[in-house]
Amino acid sequence: MKHINLNEIESPSKRLWRTFSADWTAMFGLFVLSVLVLLAIFAPLVVPQNPYDLAQLNILDGRLTPGSSSFDEKVFYLLGTDDQGRDIYSAIIYGMRISLGVGLISTVGALIVGATLGLSAAYMGKRIDSLIMRIVDIQLSFPAILIALILLAVFGQGLGKIIIALMTVQWAYYARTVRSTALVEMGKEYIEAARCLGLGHSRIIFNHLLPNCIAPLIVVAAMQIAAAIALEATLSFLGLGLPITEPSLGLLISNGYSYLMSGKYWISFYPGLALLVMIVSINLVADRLRDTLNPRLQK
Amino acid sequence: MLTFILRRMSESLFVLLVMSLLVFAGVYAIGNPVDLLISPDATPQDIEQVTKSLGLDKPLWTQYFYFLTQVLRGDLGHSFMFGTPAIELLLSKMPATMELAVAAMFIASVLGIPLGLIAGLKADSWIGKTIMTVSIFGFSLPTFWVGLVLIMFFSVELGWLPSSGRGPSSIVFGIPISFLSWEGLRHLFLPALNLALFKLALIIRLTRAGTQEALMQDYVKFARAKGLSQTRIIGVHVLKNIMIPIVTVIGLEFGSVIAFSIVTESIFAWPGMGKLLIDSINNLDRPVIVAYLCLIVVFFVFINLIVDLTYALLDPRVRLGESAK
Repeated sequence: MKHINLNEIESPSKRLWRTFSADWTAMFGLFVLSVLVLLAIFAPLVVPQNPYDLAQLNILDGRLTPGSSSFDEKVFYLLGTDDQGRDIYSAIIYGMRISLGVGLISTVGALIVGATLGLSAAYMGKRIDSLIMRIVDIQLSFPAILIALILLAVFGQGLGKIIIALMTVQWAYYARTVRSTALVEMGKEYIEAARCLGLGHSRIIFNHLLPNCIAPLIVVAAMQIAAAIALEATLSFLGLGLPITEPSLGLLISNGYSYLMSGKYWISFYPGLALLVMIVSINLVADRLRDTLNPRLQK
Repeated sequence: MLTFILRRMSESLFVLLVMSLLVFAGVYAIGNPVDLLISPDATPQDIEQVTKSLGLDKPLWTQYFYFLTQVLRGDLGHSFMFGTPAIELLLSKMPATMELAVAAMFIASVLGIPLGLIAGLKADSWIGKTIMTVSIFGFSLPTFWVGLVLIMFFSVELGWLPSSGRGPSSIVFGIPISFLSWEGLRHLFLPALNLALFKLALIIRLTRAGTQEALMQDYVKFARAKGLSQTRIIGVHVLKNIMIPIVTVIGLEFGSVIAFSIVTESIFAWPGMGKLLIDSINNLDRPVIVAYLCLIVVFFVFINLIVDLTYALLDPRVRLGESAK
């Protein structure tokens, strides 16, 4: 019999990292994403001005081209300014904060709701299962943007409302994903064992079933963060998302839109570029995560 | 089969009812349109009269019940802003939206199928990889930002194409269409391209996957063994087989193109239903919002019903799965 040295067994997280880091595009995506997240977290420390403190803005600096200095030579405007003399670079970093925050909160919220309902559907079966899955089917037959638009048109705009709208759009993906995995897991012995031990339903669902269904959920969540950010930006661009007091990237782009025709491209172009880099880097990471976590692709 | 159809139909009807209730109740809560319609120095009597003429003084349930009976009669109320029947206003914008959606689907198919074929045939060469990388961008890029970049480049920098509006339209069979004139085509190109990009990426991926699968099939090996030319194998044998799923998806995605045209129409000021919706939301023009949402929900429920029924017809397993439950 072969002896196995326990120290030589790779832990799952180490193996995950080894497979993940083998792909350089994914690593590049991860690097860019980390930089963006750090910039967003430490926003006040890395920008020349607080773009929403009116005392720091000077109307005389309005619509300056990228690379110019302020009227009093104190601030250097790397990416130019908007019509109110707001530094575009600072506005982008602050906007990223809001976009990333909204994307993250709505994704986590949808994940919790969707996973709970999906696991319950798989665990309870019968009526509850078919009821929940019919709702999922019906919802997924409508495009996400349409559902979000209906909700925002109906309930009005605002930070809380857009998060609720994004959650409503997304939960169905998690429910469907987790249910199909959970149905397979339900047939395994450890669930039977847990039942024989007389454990409670919620304990079996969350302590036994959930940990074994977590991998596909992570993949879907990673992809959905990017989708949520893009959707939020689109809705804000249309004037249905966040109010002017919470300027996400979509709203910045929308503000600069009217100046586009007169050749003042930077007011909307650079926020759009930031949005794009953010979405693409998340997608690169998510793509690799899917390949890494998919057991069918592992040897 | 009959029970299947009946069940699907009743489900669709239920969805319609729930949506109408949600939409109506919610839109009611947005704001008071009377404030927008009358001048600030109007007397309370004026306000009362306008409120009464719009039916806004009655309780919510009465308004909903009235609304529902009116809907069944095909009357969705009058637009507060234009004074014309909401449904008429909406239908007058429909040809523009349809034209845009069809043009976008046309561009997506005409570019997507050949590109997908090339990517599938030369999966390992640089050209195949480039096409796939570009298609990833097609998925990632937010539609509205691409629209802005298109305007920036083609309208502002180069000045080749107009950035907004629809060209002159001519009436064909009672429907105003604009793509018959050069000016109309110039106006149509940018918005249609913008709307097409996402679907283009989808069609490229589908065609590539289909091609790679088809190339491994026995009938392709047999055709090669028969000594057929490469063009004939690909143009006839491969293409015919991969077209079935592609055509299905093109049909399926048509609804989502119409939903996404809301964004494109707003950017390019294309006078379609989507722009009307956004304008109406900003103006609190309640009957038009409700009419749009009802129309689009009916449209989607209808598309989904047709898709389900077609699948059930083509694939008996779908029906068996239903009755086994």
